[in-house]
Amino acid sequence: MRRKNIALSLDAKDLEILKALQEDSRQTYTAIGKRVGIAHSTVYDRVRRMELQKVIKNYTALVDLEKAGVKKIMAIMTVYTDPKEAERVAEKLAQSPEVLEVYTSLSDELLIMAKVVAASQEGLHAFVANSVAPLNGVLRIRTSIVTRKLKETHLLISDCLEGLHL
Amino acid sequence: MSSETGSKILRAVPREKAFYFFTSIGNYSGVSASSLKEFMERINEVNVKSLEFHLYRGDFEKWIAEVLEDAWLAGEVRRVQKFGLMGEPLRNQLYVTVSRRFKRLTSPPSPIQF
Repeated sequence: MRRKNIALSLDAKDLEILKALQEDSRQTYTAIGKRVGIAHSTVYDRVRRMELQKVIKNYTALVDLEKAGVKKIMAIMTVYTDPKEAERVAEKLAQSPEVLEVYTSLSDELLIMAKVVAASQEGLHAFVANSVAPLNGVLRIRTSIVTRKLKETHLLISDCLEGLHL
Repeated sequence: MSSETGSKILRAVPREKAFYFFTSIGNYSGVSASSLKEFMERINEVNVKSLEFHLYRGDFEKWIAEVLEDAWLAGEVRRVQKFGLMGEPLRNQLYVTVSRRFKRLTSPPSPIQF
């Protein structure tokens, strides 16, 4: 079955492979093949194709920084901008190592939301004051320091495919 | 003080060196000042919480000393900290301190008296 609404044409087997990899990217092609019902060499070919097409962007480890002894604070920063400068401001933020994620939103005003990390409150303030506030088009900034994280996950391919039983 | 030093203190600084008024950590009010004149004007306009936040962190004296390069005014602002003022009395005291300095730097030198 081919799904027309996916930019790159993927079939049900591809999607099952993606689901398996999102659950555990360290499992072998043999294990995935058994689960999906195809040969391990076919799994390899399909994974390789999806890597080349950048459907699979990266394999990475999710590290619990707290357990690893890394002391960082995280904040959600909302930047209100002049609409004419918003794109440039968002691009600048995306280039900063302190910024983990950047989103733009068209609500009543043009907003940029970013997840920011810093070693301390002072470090966070220095970043916002020296690197964000001076950007041309920034009107004002609201920053909330995260005090507790209740959930952090990634969107799974299976969550996105309503009606397709994987 | 030489007129050259006065002009240096009164100059407009580039955007990246301007003073940005925050009300707390990471919360930028949208108000900034690029010169001593603008700084003096903003003292009367900005949320008083911003004045309290920056004064007691030493941000004003640091910017005045390092960016405007006015060690004398930086010292005067440090003295304002010691008054322990909050709210409108703080705004008034800060404005008086900065505006006196501004007037002194912009007024023509008085003629020599014989």
